[in-house]
Amino acid sequence: MIDFEIPEKIAGTRLVVETVAVNMMRPVSRYFDEHEHEIPWDYINFMHTATRAMGGSSMVPSEKKEGPRFGFQRLAVMVEMLSWGDAGIYLCTPGGMLGSAAVSATGSPEQKERFLKRFRGETPVFDAMCMTEPQCGSDTSAIRTTAVLDQEKKEWLLNGEKIFVTAGHKAMLDSEGFVVVWATIDKSAGRAGMRPFVVEAKTAGCQVLKMEHKLGIRASDTVSIVLQDCRVPFENILGSPEVVKDQATTGFKGAMATFDATRPIVAAQAIGLARATLELLKEMLAERGIIIRYGLPRQKLSSVEKEVIEMEILLRSAWWLVLKAVWMMDNGKPNSLESSMSKVRAGDVVNRITQKAVEIMGPLGYSCEYLLEKWFRDAKISDIYEGTGQINRLVVARQILGYRSSELR
Amino acid sequence: MYSFEPSEEQKMLIDAVSRYASNDLRKAAHEAEENKELSSKLISKGWELGILQASIPEAYGGFGERSALTGALAVEELACGDLAGAMAVGAPALFALPVLLAGSEEQKKQYLPPIIEADWKPYSAALIEPAFDFDPNDLKTTAMAEGDNYILTGEKTLVPFADKAEAMVAYARLNNETKAFIVPKGMTGLKIGEAREKFMGLNAIPFFRVTLEGVKIPQANLLPGDFAPVLDGSRVAVAAMAIGVAKAAFGYSRDYAKDRDVFGVKVAQKQAIAFMLAEMATEIEAIRLLVWEAAWAIDNKKEDASQKAYLAITGAIDMTMMVTDRAVQILGGHGYIREHPVELWMRNGRGFATFTGLAMV
Repeated sequence: MIDFEIPEKIAGTRLVVETVAVNMMRPVSRYFDEHEHEIPWDYINFMHTATRAMGGSSMVPSEKKEGPRFGFQRLAVMVEMLSWGDAGIYLCTPGGMLGSAAVSATGSPEQKERFLKRFRGETPVFDAMCMTEPQCGSDTSAIRTTAVLDQEKKEWLLNGEKIFVTAGHKAMLDSEGFVVVWATIDKSAGRAGMRPFVVEAKTAGCQVLKMEHKLGIRASDTVSIVLQDCRVPFENILGSPEVVKDQATTGFKGAMATFDATRPIVAAQAIGLARATLELLKEMLAERGIIIRYGLPRQKLSSVEKEVIEMEILLRSAWWLVLKAVWMMDNGKPNSLESSMSKVRAGDVVNRITQKAVEIMGPLGYSCEYLLEKWFRDAKISDIYEGTGQINRLVVARQILGYRSSELR
Repeated sequence: MYSFEPSEEQKMLIDAVSRYASNDLRKAAHEAEENKELSSKLISKGWELGILQASIPEAYGGFGERSALTGALAVEELACGDLAGAMAVGAPALFALPVLLAGSEEQKKQYLPPIIEADWKPYSAALIEPAFDFDPNDLKTTAMAEGDNYILTGEKTLVPFADKAEAMVAYARLNNETKAFIVPKGMTGLKIGEAREKFMGLNAIPFFRVTLEGVKIPQANLLPGDFAPVLDGSRVAVAAMAIGVAKAAFGYSRDYAKDRDVFGVKVAQKQAIAFMLAEMATEIEAIRLLVWEAAWAIDNKKEDASQKAYLAITGAIDMTMMVTDRAVQILGGHGYIREHPVELWMRNGRGFATFTGLAMV
């Protein structure tokens, strides 16, 4: 039965999160944009305490077998609201970032317990995902970081360089967190040889180097991580250590399974930012006497009204794509197509809306007096990370055409 | 609780309608458009699916409750077969649903059973006016009270089956509000154009210019209810049909691109084409959810249902133009040839900016 009503359980959470967004994020948005690399500890500590008080360990849904499952729907709604507060600060939320997502998607029950329980501790802990390397981004099958098994010591030896690690500094230096490093255990096997490894904070041979200076989401740290003979226990490999060539590309599939879960969440982030922008734009226009007249034929609308109505259509329809993708996730339906669709659409929509909003408000949009220009800068990342708009179009295209990656490159 | 899956009952209806749409409507579409005629047998078969009948309560001859969402799901499938066929099958709804939504108890009892319990007969609605800035909430056609009667004056275009319709609902401005009036056939002053109107698409449906030259109708023919729910129902229906047309164009161009060779591979293996298809699919799915949401909002009597219906049709107008245009583009020269259906879908696609008033759920 088709239903667009927010489940009561999630509506309650949403209200709580809205209070956080209004009171703890918006007031410090500009400050953390202007003080790149400072950490919003007040927000972080609050979120950690609140999550613990509610009995959770992180925002990532825990597995529960009985009854209807809402985990990813709730997560999407929360992330949308937090990003409405501030996309950069949201990315500093302890627990439940991409590293945990990879553990959740590809780890064994023991591994999930071992790696995720730290989020339930006294102090906030962070996690991150290391995929991109200096010479490869979207083409993840070209990664060069290697993992070699030391049979005697039953340890993996990791070597390589990872860049653009979101929250890597907080995961490795500011808390007892971990990163999930994607490395190859057999270069000749290509994608089939890829495996995720958990590297915990303070592991010898793992160094956090450069902190990037970015266009937007400046409250969130983005670092490079270098692995030099970095040893991790054998049990830190997520999924099977066997390489089966020319068959199911297990390792890569692990990465893809992670993306099915995370892409709609990244899309939800874009939607929250887009909604914030549209709301502020409408407020600023209303203060200047421009009220949008819904229901009129286009021929009777002003160009500003037309833009705003179009934005509303883009935003609303994109949000339903996100919710459909997470709803499928919660209901155990394969959602690669919907997941990538939601990411494509949300990435487009948030950029269109923030770019147009700055344009419409003219010098006021361009001014740092308002947050529109910041949101314009924050928005761009949504069309880049977790698969660029182009990579996600490729995923969608392969799905609708029934092509393997070798058939549509 | 969020859900994006139709109920079992809806799925059965979708299946039945979709079978008719692809086996009957789609196969007849080309000839119907070229010969400017739909066979009555074809329309009757569609009528027997009972889409409208299931929207009318038993008290008025039907066997269900009106659901904009169920209706939207059904007409999406119909239009995916053929838009003209979909509109023809649904023509009686142009009369029956406004009566159901805005009529008095007496009017419902009087008008609905003879439509619902009978075979398909042409009924019509006269909403659209020949003006570039036509606005259903600001009609130029007027209704003036005169004694026990209303006098309707104005000009309407795109009135389907006007020549043979048993009766039509004509819309006019009364005290600055749009109101619906029942106009039986043959009224004095009701002038149906001599020849059929010609349009870029939908040639299989006989459309007429209708002039209301001081048509005097009794007070009892005014539907007392608000126009808003009627307009919302039409916007959602037309938007759902736009989804259907877009789906048809997407499916056809995708299959063509997978079949046709170019530079040693299939057309679809070129990213330039594959990305177009990916964007078409994404756009269709996004706007489809928007249309469903609007229909759901109507069924659940949400305060902002009218705004949602407006956003849905506005989004659908752009979506279906984009998708049908690209479908023609993907077929290249073949897309421009009338042997392939995509050029018809493109002509029909452009019409959605104008079609509000030609379908109801």
